[in-house]
Amino acid sequence: MKNKSLVSISDYSKDEYLRILSLADEFEKHPNHTILRDKVVATLFFEPSTRTRLSFESAVLKLGGKVIGFSDSSSSSVTKGETLYDTIKIVSNYCDLIVIRHPLEGAARFASELTNIPVINAGDGANQHPTQTLLDLYSILKTQGTLDNLTVLMVGDLKYGRTVHSLLMAMSQFQTTFHFISPDELKMPEEYKYYLNCLGLKYSEQKDFGNNIATADIIYMTRVQKERFSDPIEYERTKNAYVLKNRMLEGTKENMKVLHPLPRVNEIDQDVDLNPKAYYFTQALNGVFVRQAIISSILGLK
Amino acid sequence: MLHMKDKKLEVSAIENGTVIDHIPAKALFKVISILGLDKLDKQITFGTNLNSKKLGKKAIVKLTDTFFIDKEINKIALVAPQAKLNIIRNYKVVEKKVVEVPEEIIGIAKCMNPKCITNNEKIVTRFLVVSRREVKLKCHYCEKITDQEHIEII
Repeated sequence: MKNKSLVSISDYSKDEYLRILSLADEFEKHPNHTILRDKVVATLFFEPSTRTRLSFESAVLKLGGKVIGFSDSSSSSVTKGETLYDTIKIVSNYCDLIVIRHPLEGAARFASELTNIPVINAGDGANQHPTQTLLDLYSILKTQGTLDNLTVLMVGDLKYGRTVHSLLMAMSQFQTTFHFISPDELKMPEEYKYYLNCLGLKYSEQKDFGNNIATADIIYMTRVQKERFSDPIEYERTKNAYVLKNRMLEGTKENMKVLHPLPRVNEIDQDVDLNPKAYYFTQALNGVFVRQAIISSILGLK
Repeated sequence: MLHMKDKKLEVSAIENGTVIDHIPAKALFKVISILGLDKLDKQITFGTNLNSKKLGKKAIVKLTDTFFIDKEINKIALVAPQAKLNIIRNYKVVEKKVVEVPEEIIGIAKCMNPKCITNNEKIVTRFLVVSRREVKLKCHYCEKITDQEHIEII
C-alpha cells in the first residue's frame, strides 16, 4: 500500500480494507506514536470541512508528524487565480503526503496524477470520500465483530448521498443484505441496484421503516436535505417520515447500532442519543484511528 | 447521360485510400475534427446531406492515399456509430470495415458534469466506455456517466 493514493474506495481491495481496519484497531489501543516524526502532511482544504480536517490533523499529530495547509480556499493563492495544477506542483515540494478536499469532482484524482507524492481524497464534491467509508466499515466491524452476512438499513437521501454509495460498494464484498428506505425522489440510483443484482445480493426498497427495522444489524441514517426537493411542500410532507425516534428502537436486535456520517439536523431525534444503540458520536472518534491507519500505511511506516 | 456518369465517376472514385460512408450528416464536421482531416494535406472529397434510407441524411468522405489504424478510426464511433469504411487499392474495394467504440476515450469528448474538474482546469479528458450499444462514458476523474445524447466533442 506504500505510496498508493487513496482517491476512490474502489482503489483498494477487500484485503487492503481489512489491513487498514486491523491497523486502526491497534491505533485505538495505542494512539500515540512518533513514527511520523520526520514527515510533513499537507491538508489542502479548498472548501471548509472542520470535522474532516481536524480528524486528519489530529491523526497526523498523534503519529508525531507535522501539518501544513489551509482550511478554505479564501486563505490560499486560489483567490489570486492559481490553478489546482500549480498548487499541487508547488505543495509537492513541501510535504510527504497530501490530503485534499475540493468542491469539484475528480479534483483528487487529478491531483494524484500530478505528483509522485501520495494523495488522500478527503472529499471531492459529490463524488468520493473514501476515508469516511473506511471509518464506517471500522465502526461496523467493531460493533458487530464481523463484516460478513450483516443486514444494513440505509435511510434518507440515497440518491445524492455519496457516503451511502461508497459504503454500499464496500459492504457488497461481505455478503450484505440491504434495505433502502427513502422517499421516491431520493431513491437509490439504478446503477447501484444493478451492481447488487450482478453480485446476487439481496435488497429491498421501502418508503417507510416498516418491519425491516427489526432485522437490521446496522441502521445507517443520512440527512434529507430540503434543497434536493423540487417541491417544498413535498419536503414538508416527507421529512418526518425519515426521523428516527427512540421508541422506534424497541424490538430491534441487541447488537443493532445506529450510524450517521454527521452532521445531523433533525433526522435522529435527540432522545436516541442516550440509547446504547446510538453509535454516531463514537463513529466520529473512530475517524482518527482509521486515518492514522491510512496515513501510516500509505507512508509505508506500518 | 452516359458521358455525365463517366465524369461523375472520375471525380468521386479514388485510386488508393479510404472511403468513410454512412456518417450521419450532422456528424460530418465532428468526424473531420476527430480525425484531424482539416490538417491533412491529401486530396479529400466530402459529400453531405445525401439521401440515405438508414440515416435520413448522410455524409461521405473520400480520402486519397490515407489509411487509418483501427485505434484511430474507432474514435469516430462516438458520433458515427454506423459508419462503414471501404479500403481502396487500385480502384477496388479490398476491405470493408465497421467502426467499433473503443474501451477508452481520451481527449475527444467533454464530460457532461459541470462540476467535473475537467471542465474547470486544463485537463485532457478520459473516459471508460461502460456501455457500447447505447454509448455510456464514465469519466475517469469525476466518475459520472455521460450518455450518448449528451456527448459533446471537444
